[in-house]
Amino acid sequence: MSAPVLEVRNVHKQFPGVKALDGVQLKVERGEVHALLGENGAGKSTLLKILSGAQVPDQGECILDGLTLDPADTPLARQRLGLVTIYQEFNLLPFMSVAENLYLGREPTRHGVIDWKRMREDARAVLLGLGLHVDPQLEVRWLSVAQQQMVEIARAMTQSAKLIIMDEPTAALSSREVDVLHEVIRNLKARGISLIYVTHRLQEVKQICDSFTVLRDGRYVTCGAVSGAEVGDLVRLMVGRDVEFLKRLRSGPAGNTVMSVKGIGTDRDPLGRHATPLHDVSLDVRAGEVLGFGGLVGAGRTELARILFGADRCERGVLYLNGRELKPLQHPAEAIEAGLALVPEDRKQQGCFLEQSVSRNLTLPSLKRLAFWRVFVNERRESELVEHYRQALGIKMAHPQVAIGTLSGGNQQKVLLARCMALEPEVLIVDEPTRGIDVGAKAEVHQLLCDMAAHGAAVIVISSELPELMALCDRIVVFREGRVTGVVQAADASEAALMDLMAVGHSVMPQAASAQPVFLG
Amino acid sequence: MRIDVIAWLRRYGTTLFLALLIVFFTSQNARFISPRNLTNILTEGSIYGIIAVGMTFVILTAGVDLAVGSLLAFAGMAGATVAGLFGADFTMSWIVALCSAIFVGAAAGYLQGKAVTWLRIPPFIVTLGGMTIWRGATLILHDGAPISGFDSAYRWWGTGTILHVPVPVALFVIVAALGYIVQRYTRYGRHVYAVGGNPEAARLNGLNVTAIVTSVYVIVGVLSGLAGFLQSARLGAAEATAGSGYELRVIASVVIGGASLSGGRGGIGGTIIGALLIGVLTNGLVIMHVSSYWQQVVIGLIIVAAVAFDTFAKARR
Repeated sequence: MSAPVLEVRNVHKQFPGVKALDGVQLKVERGEVHALLGENGAGKSTLLKILSGAQVPDQGECILDGLTLDPADTPLARQRLGLVTIYQEFNLLPFMSVAENLYLGREPTRHGVIDWKRMREDARAVLLGLGLHVDPQLEVRWLSVAQQQMVEIARAMTQSAKLIIMDEPTAALSSREVDVLHEVIRNLKARGISLIYVTHRLQEVKQICDSFTVLRDGRYVTCGAVSGAEVGDLVRLMVGRDVEFLKRLRSGPAGNTVMSVKGIGTDRDPLGRHATPLHDVSLDVRAGEVLGFGGLVGAGRTELARILFGADRCERGVLYLNGRELKPLQHPAEAIEAGLALVPEDRKQQGCFLEQSVSRNLTLPSLKRLAFWRVFVNERRESELVEHYRQALGIKMAHPQVAIGTLSGGNQQKVLLARCMALEPEVLIVDEPTRGIDVGAKAEVHQLLCDMAAHGAAVIVISSELPELMALCDRIVVFREGRVTGVVQAADASEAALMDLMAVGHSVMPQAASAQPVFLG
Repeated sequence: MRIDVIAWLRRYGTTLFLALLIVFFTSQNARFISPRNLTNILTEGSIYGIIAVGMTFVILTAGVDLAVGSLLAFAGMAGATVAGLFGADFTMSWIVALCSAIFVGAAAGYLQGKAVTWLRIPPFIVTLGGMTIWRGATLILHDGAPISGFDSAYRWWGTGTILHVPVPVALFVIVAALGYIVQRYTRYGRHVYAVGGNPEAARLNGLNVTAIVTSVYVIVGVLSGLAGFLQSARLGAAEATAGSGYELRVIASVVIGGASLSGGRGGIGGTIIGALLIGVLTNGLVIMHVSSYWQQVVIGLIIVAAVAFDTFAKARR
C-alpha cells in the first residue's frame, strides 16, 4: 500500500481548564473513507479544527501527502494544499450564485475581469459530474440543504482536493438524500480522493466507511477496518463500556385520550418558507403513552408539532384537550397554560439562550410559579428547582450559573427537558430529542422520556431515526408529504414496513396481520 | 488559586479605569475633587444617566434608541408649554409639566415600539426617524424659541437639594435602584434578557415578545421625558436644542458598561459606571483645559477601546 494521504502524530491541545487532545494519532490511506468516531467531547471537533487550520496544536505534527504541514497555516492555505473541510453549517454565501460560490476567490479571469461565461460553464460541468441538476446562476439561498451540501462538495472538487473532511454530513438529510450523498462519496473515492467522515449514525459507518479511528476523552483509542467490526463493537469502543440501547424500553398500558386533533390542514406558505403544508391530519394521544412521529425530513412532523404548540398558525382543524374543544392555539403561552410543553428541533436556534446561565435557561417558563405576587423571582426556590433537576437528570455542570453554551450537547438537551418537566405538562412534545448527542446521553434521554410517560404524561417523540422510534414508542404515526399514512403499534412493526409507509405511503411488503397498519383518511 | 487577569479586567476593568481617572485628574488639579465640582459632574451625569437606565433595557433586547436626545427636548418643551397654559400665577405648574413630559415620553416611546414590532422596521431606522421627528416637533411647538420664567418650585427639581444631594442625583439613584431591582429580581427583567438573547426561543417559552419589545421603548421614553423635565428645571428654560448629542453619550454609557449591542448581555450596574466614566472624563478634560475638539477624540477612542477589549476578552475563551 502506498504512503498514507494524511498522517497525524501525537497531537496535543490544551484549552483553559480542559485537555482537549492528548496525544492523538490518525492515519488516512489514499482513496479511503475514514470514519472518525467518538462521543461528544471526545475531541473530534478539535482535531478537525486543527486539520482545517482553524486552530493551532500545542504539540504534534500533521503530514499531508508527504509534506509536513505548518501548524500556523490558515484555513485558506490548507485548502490550497488540497485539504478541504465541509462543516455542518455551510460556508456558502446565500445571496451569491452557485457558480460564484464555487469559484469564490478563484474566479476565472480574462483581460483582468471575471470571465462569467467560462465560470458558468465550468460550474455546470462540475455540478453535472456530481449529478446535481441546478442552474449555476441560481442564488444559493434557494437550494435545499442537500443541494447546498453538494455545492460544498463541488467546491472542494474545483480546488482539486486530496482529502475532504465531512462533519456530520447526513445529520439534516432525508434517507433518499443520504443515498445520493453516499453515491457521490463512492464516486469521490473512485477518483482517488480520501475522506474523513464524522457521524453519529453508526449504521452509516458500516455502509460507506472503509476504516475507523476512535477517540475517547481526547485520547486515541484504536483504529481498524470497518469490515471487521460490528456496530456494537464500535459503540463499546466509543463509550468504553457496554451500553444497552435500541432494546424495547417499555410496554405500559395507555390511559385515556388526553389530546386529539381532527382535520388539521395548512395552506402552502405564500412567502415560500420551507414548511410542508398539512392535509387533514387527525390523531389521538393517550395519557401514559409514548407516541412517535415518523417520516422523512419534510414530511410535516415538525410543522404539526409547532401547530399543536401554538407556535405556527393553521387554517383548518380542531384540537381537543381532555375532551374540551379548543381553537388551535394562537401562541405558545396558551399551549403552556393548557398543559403542553415542547422541546424544539433546533437546540441552539430555538431552545437555548446560549449566553445565559443554566439556571435561567431551566426556569424561564416556570418563573410564574417561582415568584412572589407573580412578579419577584424567589431565587431560593429557583435554585432548589434547578438542584432538583440537576440531580434527577444527572446534568453535568460546574455550577448552575455557568452559561448553557459551555455544556455538551447532551447536557444542554437535558436542561431543555428539565425546563419542560418543571412545567409538569400533560403532553410533552420532543422534536429530535437525541440529535447530535452522544450514545451515553442518548440512552439517558430515552429513559427520561419513558419515565415521563410512566408518570402519566403523554409524550410525543419526533425522530428521524427509526430504531429510536421503535425502541421508545408505543405507537408510531407515520407521515408522508403532510399526510398521515399510517398508525402502527411499535411492538409489532418492522423497520421495512415503516420505511414503506414513510417513503411510498402504503405498505409494499407482505406482513403479519398484527403488523397491519391502520390507515386513516 | 490563580486569578484570571483578563477575566477579572473584563468584569472590573471599567470600574478600575474610573478610579484611575479620578486619581489622575485630582493629581493634575485638586479642584477636580472639590464638592462643588463633584456635584457638577453628578448633576450633569444624572440627566443622561436616568436615560441610560432605560437604554440598558432597550439594548438588552438587541435594540437601540437614537431618539432620546430629541425626545428629551420635546418632552421638556411640551411640559413647559402645557404648564404655561395655566398662566404665570399657577402654583402647581411643576406637576403639570412633569406629568406632561412623562406622558409625552411614554407616548412617543410607545409609537416607536409599535413601529419596531408591528411594522418590523429595524430599531435603528425607527429611532433615526424619531430623532429628527421629535427635534422638529420641538421647534414647531414654540417656533424654535425657548420657554423660561419657571417658578421656584419648578426650578427646585433641577437646582434644589434633598439632604445636600442635588435633586436630579437623588432621582438618578432612585431610578437606577428601581432599574436594578427590576432587572435582577423580577420576571419582567428575566424576560427582557431572554428576548434579547434569543427571541425565537423566548416565544417558544411562552413570552409575549412583541409586548416586551414595545415596553422597553416605553420605559426609555418615560425616562427621557423625566430627564427633559429635569433639564428644563436645571437650566431654567426649555430649549429646542436641549439634549443634542445625548443619544451618543447614553449609548456609550451602556456599551462601556459592558452591554452587548446584539442583546442579552449587560446590566444597570455597568451602565452606572459607564455614565460616571463619561461624566468624569468630560469634566476632567475641561478642568485640564483640553480643548473641546480633543475631548471628542478622547471620548471616542475610549468607547472603541472599551468594546475592543471586551471583544478580545470574549474571543480568548
